[in-house]
Amino acid sequence: MIKILPENVSIPFMKAHKIAFVLSVIAVAISLFFIFSKGLNFGIDFAGGIMMEVQLDEQPDLNQMRSDLNNIGLVGSVSIQEFGSVRDLMIRVQEQPGGDKGQQIAIDSIRSALGTDGVEYRRVEFVGPQVGDELIRKGLYAVLGAMFGILMYIVFRFQVQFSLAAIAALFHDSILTIGLFAWLEMEFNLSTVAAVLMIAGYSINDTVVVFDRVRENLRRYAKKPLEDLFDESINSMLSRTILTSGTTLLALVALWAFGGEVIRGFVDALIWGVLIGTYSSVFVATPLLKYFKLQRDEI
Amino acid sequence: MINIGKYTLYTIIFIAVLGVLFALPNVLSPEARQYVEENLPSWIPNQTVNLGLDLRGGSHLLLEVEMAEVIRDRIDSLTASARSISRTERIRPDSIRRSEAGIIVTLREDDARDTMLSALRKFHRAEGVAVRESGDRIEVFYDDDALRELKQKTIQQSIEIIRRRIDETGTKEPIIQSQGEDRILVQLPGVDDPERIKSLLGKTARMTFHLVDMDVSCSDTRGVPAGTKCLPHTDGTSAAVPIKRRALLSGDMLDNAASTFDQQSGQPVVSFRFNGLGARKFGDITKNNVGKLFAIVLDDTVITAPRINEPILGGSGQISGNFTPEKANDMSILLRAGALPAPLTVVEERSVGPSLGADSIEAGKLASVVGLGGIIFFMFLSYGRFGWYADIALLINMALIIGLLSMLQATLTLPGIAGIVLTIGMAVDANVLVFERIREEIAAGRSPVSAIDKGYQGAMSTIIDANVTTFIAALLLFILGTGPVKGFAVTLMIGIITSMYSAIYLTRVFVVYWLRRNRPDTLKI
Repeated sequence: MIKILPENVSIPFMKAHKIAFVLSVIAVAISLFFIFSKGLNFGIDFAGGIMMEVQLDEQPDLNQMRSDLNNIGLVGSVSIQEFGSVRDLMIRVQEQPGGDKGQQIAIDSIRSALGTDGVEYRRVEFVGPQVGDELIRKGLYAVLGAMFGILMYIVFRFQVQFSLAAIAALFHDSILTIGLFAWLEMEFNLSTVAAVLMIAGYSINDTVVVFDRVRENLRRYAKKPLEDLFDESINSMLSRTILTSGTTLLALVALWAFGGEVIRGFVDALIWGVLIGTYSSVFVATPLLKYFKLQRDEI
Repeated sequence: MINIGKYTLYTIIFIAVLGVLFALPNVLSPEARQYVEENLPSWIPNQTVNLGLDLRGGSHLLLEVEMAEVIRDRIDSLTASARSISRTERIRPDSIRRSEAGIIVTLREDDARDTMLSALRKFHRAEGVAVRESGDRIEVFYDDDALRELKQKTIQQSIEIIRRRIDETGTKEPIIQSQGEDRILVQLPGVDDPERIKSLLGKTARMTFHLVDMDVSCSDTRGVPAGTKCLPHTDGTSAAVPIKRRALLSGDMLDNAASTFDQQSGQPVVSFRFNGLGARKFGDITKNNVGKLFAIVLDDTVITAPRINEPILGGSGQISGNFTPEKANDMSILLRAGALPAPLTVVEERSVGPSLGADSIEAGKLASVVGLGGIIFFMFLSYGRFGWYADIALLINMALIIGLLSMLQATLTLPGIAGIVLTIGMAVDANVLVFERIREEIAAGRSPVSAIDKGYQGAMSTIIDANVTTFIAALLLFILGTGPVKGFAVTLMIGIITSMYSAIYLTRVFVVYWLRRNRPDTLKI
């Protein structure tokens, strides 16, 4: 059997926590900067509009196609991107005026510009702006609701201090994830919201595991200095943290490599989130406990 | 924790067997499933996982019912009945105005107002319309309850008509359900180009029959009289047709409609037949108006306006209007299915072709197998024998997830597959927590039996806390999410439950029985 770590490993995590805090604050600031300056690249789920995924028999001349599709009188520019291979294309255009019929006409004119020979229309989606607004609202409710639910559970099971530290880590992870999407201009859609929530779930899972050990050690060692106690708790859970993150990443990498282009953005977010979530439970959530004035006798 | 009672053991095994049994139909060939269906008792599970439209291919349409239109129509009819009541009661109201959800009749004279009030109350008694006096005005309006009821009724009627129209096209297993206050969700498995259905649903199909006003012309700059209006002709080239506003007959009196070919010209036409009452009216109208033009109007467009050459007493006729056979067929479908109570707008559409769905399923399967294989190997490397136990539990866990999905007939979507793969990764977490704990206890000098006992005990609260918090996130996702996201939440929730069962109970059974049989002095983990 391979042990990931030697027995009685003791890495002084708490010594590094101030550096980690600075790094995290900088990362959060940069993320917020990207989110507010560049904005998010909303997909049609939220922005409304038309999206078509087509597969061609032969590799197309993208420049030619771009100029063709931008000359059929649609409002806004038609974006064409490769989607997994050179023959698979994702075509997107903003919502067209003229209501339901306007979209239909737009879809038809794209179809007639591309022709039907050697072109397979694999996916056609259209979302109206009103639906988009509702989806944004629901997504936001889901994220905030989930955070609140988790907060309540931790207050109920631990102390308020733990709950505050956990939520701080949760915001840290969510903001860094959304920031990554803003920075790389990755499409932000419904499944991204699902990914953010999932990351929240994973991150909190990881944090709670360490907190559980902290609570146990607080009961066991009444006099031990908090820094040492945190270090011991993190170290004794370290091998579990690495193993579980490892198996989860293994599954996600399989999904990334073989799961197809449709969910790749979703998986990108999850992989990032697992890494960030693991980091934050060790370097953000647990060290934060030190500053929240734990009441030892109430444990 | 290392004493497992007899009944607990039976329950644990029973659940595992049940899970495998429910998952089994998914790996059988269609022929084998048919054999099971026909030859084995009906309690044997035989349902497979219900694939979402993004996996099996199909169209998802979200339609919005234009309620404002319905309410406007209702207010029109309130106005009309108020006018007719004032005529029969010989009262002249100072004004009749529209309000937000009704009308306001102003009557300064007290006696007349009282008469009008009681007449209006009597007239609207059965309809759930509120009639209220305030100052010199009488308000007739739909209150909140009545509006809600009106909306519900409109949605129900629309769903009924939509179902009839879609059934006529031969689409199999459509799902048509209301969503929210004024929307209808239509899911059409196997339809990847919903053009025809959308064009069928896009028409209200309200058919009415009017006399043409032959004394005026729509090109006249002085306009047309109040009782006449100009409607465009369907062929787009003919001039607008001046028709009398009053509809003499409407499509709801039709008994049947079919597309055929005209016997003389060979042109595609739509033939129709009125029901008893409609036939009598149709006979009277044609008898009294020989020589005049008679317009057939569909959704405010004149389809055709032929001359009445002779009374038509049989109650049937045909509509010719330069149709293609396809158009004639669609129109007959619309007439048979009846008119929608309000126009519909498509506010969201998602169509997936069958090839993309099939590719996604293959990709999902491959990713699951690779992920599963990797984790099985990883767990074996890390924990040896105990790793194998966790691996067997993981495989049974997969069967449980698929079995539960089949049993509940929850919809599996592509994000749902991602949820399963992710669950595989996270499912071993509970085992890892226990095994790590056992390692710690061994290192602290405990005997194998005691270390395993303590290991399970110590890890339990962590396992529960960690899973409950993740479950909260998944539950919120399920409640507030839409479409594919919901599918992800479903598999995630199922996965959390099954993985807790398999890690806490199933692996423990293996570990405990190995322990009892071998009674090891040292523990390698």
